[in-house]
Amino acid sequence: MISIELIQKTAETLMDKAAIEIPDDYLQGLKAAAKTEDGDLSSFVLDAMLQNYEAAKEDKRAMCGDTGTPRWYVKMGNETQIEGGPIALEAALRRATANRTNGLPLRPNRVHPLWRTDHDNNVGIGAPEIEYGYEPGGEWIDLITVHKGGLFGTDYRMLFPSDGIQGIKRFYLDSLVAFGKRGLACQPAIIGIGLGGCKDTCMVLGKRAACLRTVGSQNSDPKIAELEAELKELGNSIGMGAMGFVGKNMVIDCNIEVGYCHTGGMQMSVHAFCLSSRRAVARVFADGRVEYRTDPDWFTDYQRRETVEWEPAQIFEEVSA
Amino acid sequence: MKPREIILSTTPSAEDIAQLRLGDIVYLDGLMYTAREGVYMRALEGKANIPMELPSESAANFHCSPAAAIREDGSFDLGAVTATASFRFAKWLPEWMAKTGAKLIVGKGGMSSKDYKEYFVPNGAVYLSTVGYGTGALLGRGVEKVEAVHWNEELGLAQAMWVIRCRKMGPFIVASDLDGNCLFERENEKISQNLSRVYEGTKPAVLKRFGETDDRSDELIG
Repeated sequence: MISIELIQKTAETLMDKAAIEIPDDYLQGLKAAAKTEDGDLSSFVLDAMLQNYEAAKEDKRAMCGDTGTPRWYVKMGNETQIEGGPIALEAALRRATANRTNGLPLRPNRVHPLWRTDHDNNVGIGAPEIEYGYEPGGEWIDLITVHKGGLFGTDYRMLFPSDGIQGIKRFYLDSLVAFGKRGLACQPAIIGIGLGGCKDTCMVLGKRAACLRTVGSQNSDPKIAELEAELKELGNSIGMGAMGFVGKNMVIDCNIEVGYCHTGGMQMSVHAFCLSSRRAVARVFADGRVEYRTDPDWFTDYQRRETVEWEPAQIFEEVSA
Repeated sequence: MKPREIILSTTPSAEDIAQLRLGDIVYLDGLMYTAREGVYMRALEGKANIPMELPSESAANFHCSPAAAIREDGSFDLGAVTATASFRFAKWLPEWMAKTGAKLIVGKGGMSSKDYKEYFVPNGAVYLSTVGYGTGALLGRGVEKVEAVHWNEELGLAQAMWVIRCRKMGPFIVASDLDGNCLFERENEKISQNLSRVYEGTKPAVLKRFGETDDRSDELIG
């Protein structure tokens, strides 16, 4: 049984960590980009961002004034039990979001879409989003918070098999060029692409590809990994950099995730996780241990499974032995 | 070549503004206020009295909501500061500038050269863009003090009018000049020349969408 108090306390620490500390994988990616950048203005922007990450850590203040729309991804092992059950868990995550919005402070961004009612704490109807995943075995819970900007850089399109890879490339470029102008997407970004699923799951896959995979990671399908590398290079050959100024760096990394789709379609979504790619992760164990990290490690073999039944690895080993 | 750096008052003289060139880096000294859709609607459409003496106290309008809180004792806690995209406010800006004498519009992404020529230039105003985006922590460091927060009860913290005292707050980039030139359009033009080569070999989607354009030099704002 995992203590609900520990879950809330950990979630509050994660809210702060996400807001203040740029994940190292993105930081290294941006540093590498800054070295190659030769546009005067784009170079100035990247240097300013690198200084900004330092300032945030030194001052313990949020790196970006726009908190985006804080949300939670929760994953647990199959044996996990939470004190008070899932209702207590959701309340703890909502409390953590509200407490640290006021405590740090973060910007209270969340309002009612029609009445613009603002509770000044980033909590409201459907906010923060809480999404779940499960893994075979284990008694632990992974809490992942992502603070991603909410207005620009994301698009969806229903493509068809006849559009092919060339159609994928075109929609990818369209998304980068459209939202890259004037830097609305706050690039250079981690670009996440969802392919397949249904419209809603395609959006979910692309967002998770942007937010829940790290810079330098590859899809487990080698051909998709090749396409990721190709699209990264394509995005960086546009000639556009930070803030839409002339430059070489639009894409710090490109991550693709796929889901089986309707036989007639090839849904595609594109998401940009920005210069403040804020994510923080902790695994909480039943014995009270908490391990913090920045890699959500969301896309395991189990999450990408293709078969009806999940057969644990040891059974495979026995069969092959 | 490194961009030129300039320290500018938030109540700048006409000469101060005339010397600014596209791409200059600016740091601000003096009072600046945040105003975005909530404030514009309340002041212009709702005809509420603006709770500041403008432009004598400040001629700098920041399109921003800070990451900030008001404590129980009434004090302010301000952390990071990041701008929001300005093109959405073109509807209100001409009237706002006429009414408040704003000379510096500070935000994200700038406006079109049409906006600059139509109402920035006649008002002797220029646009300063934040950098990044969001150098929220650096800008937060440039806030010496929160002087006041107006209309937070009516509009919520994010839409309220925050009055901040800036001390060498920046960096900002000069994105328009008194000839109505637009830094972002200048950059777009250079980038557009390369686009047909990047798109080579791709093909339009079999299913079109309403309003679709294949002219990538087009912008989607405005």
